[in-house]
Amino acid sequence: MTVVALDQLWVYLYGHPLLSLLATLVAFIVATRLNRLLGGTPLLHPVILSIALLIAFLLLTGIDYPSYFEGAQFIHFLLGPATVALAIPLYDHRERVRAMLVPIVLACCAGIVTAVGSTIGLAALMGAAPETLLSLAPRSVTSPIAMGIAEQVGGIPSLTAGLVLLTGSVGCALGPWVFRLMSIEDPSVQGFTMGLAAHGFGTAHCFASMGAMAGAFAGLAMALTGLLTAFLLPLMTTLLGV
Amino acid sequence: MPLIVGMSLLLGCQFLGESLARGLAMPIPGPVLGMLILLLALMIHGRVPSALRKTGEGLLRYLTLLFVPAGVGMMVHGRLIMADLWVIGVTLVVSTAVTLAVTAKVMSWLNQRRLRAGGSA
Repeated sequence: MTVVALDQLWVYLYGHPLLSLLATLVAFIVATRLNRLLGGTPLLHPVILSIALLIAFLLLTGIDYPSYFEGAQFIHFLLGPATVALAIPLYDHRERVRAMLVPIVLACCAGIVTAVGSTIGLAALMGAAPETLLSLAPRSVTSPIAMGIAEQVGGIPSLTAGLVLLTGSVGCALGPWVFRLMSIEDPSVQGFTMGLAAHGFGTAHCFASMGAMAGAFAGLAMALTGLLTAFLLPLMTTLLGV
Repeated sequence: MPLIVGMSLLLGCQFLGESLARGLAMPIPGPVLGMLILLLALMIHGRVPSALRKTGEGLLRYLTLLFVPAGVGMMVHGRLIMADLWVIGVTLVVSTAVTLAVTAKVMSWLNQRRLRAGGSA
């Protein structure tokens, strides 16, 4: 048996998709444990932590993003079928959706117009670069849909993915505070609002700390917001002339 | 086997969605159309097949992990983010707060109106 020199082994692993796939999963496990240790704060969400850990790992080892993505794309690919799977919770809550259809659709449209309008308005007012602006626009939508929208309107999908995740954390931190300020106590309204403004993060947060009713409405809002924004946002960017 | 059947159903819907989006040059992501197709199919079928539920809910449980590879892509845009750091930060916080407030207000107002008008939920 011959033992291969360590540097040769590293050269082999370095260019292999296995390493980045493994690193992604391990980073997620470590980040989840770390977040639990820190009391589950939404500001240091496992996803944000994993991304920070992985970026540090890639910078330290000198692996560039395209090589990393060669392995990580196997995880990334699952976003497509996961988006399709959002139809399942939507179907499960069809009765409640039908009963509250008018408030749900109107609140959803108002929320989307506010989210997209205030984002584009604020960013443009402060002089953001056009590609930053278009990558910010779909930030309140769940990542798989937001990335598709960003690509459609001329933003940068991977930048959008990061901004969507940051929006989720910000929404989870601000939500309870806004509800207290406005004395909103109905869990269905709280859940719907969290799902609309903070997508999957908001939904996970609702299930964890506001109960199943809020969680179900958050999931509904997340799916509906994704769907309606995909139709509304290209219209709005054309109207606003961005 | 249920995992394979469920995955085939999800990928099949995504495939139909992608084909439709490309074929008709629609400005909507293919998976979103796939979600609509699946929803329509479930309405017609009348229930969620157990294989589909198993796979779909499994994927949704780990949804957050699936964002990680794309999020790491932020490192490529370091310069763009640094250049607009303040703009991005202020926009994220202010716009998210406004969105939360407006949505909650509209939803609770419409909900109260609906309850007053109809009485039935």
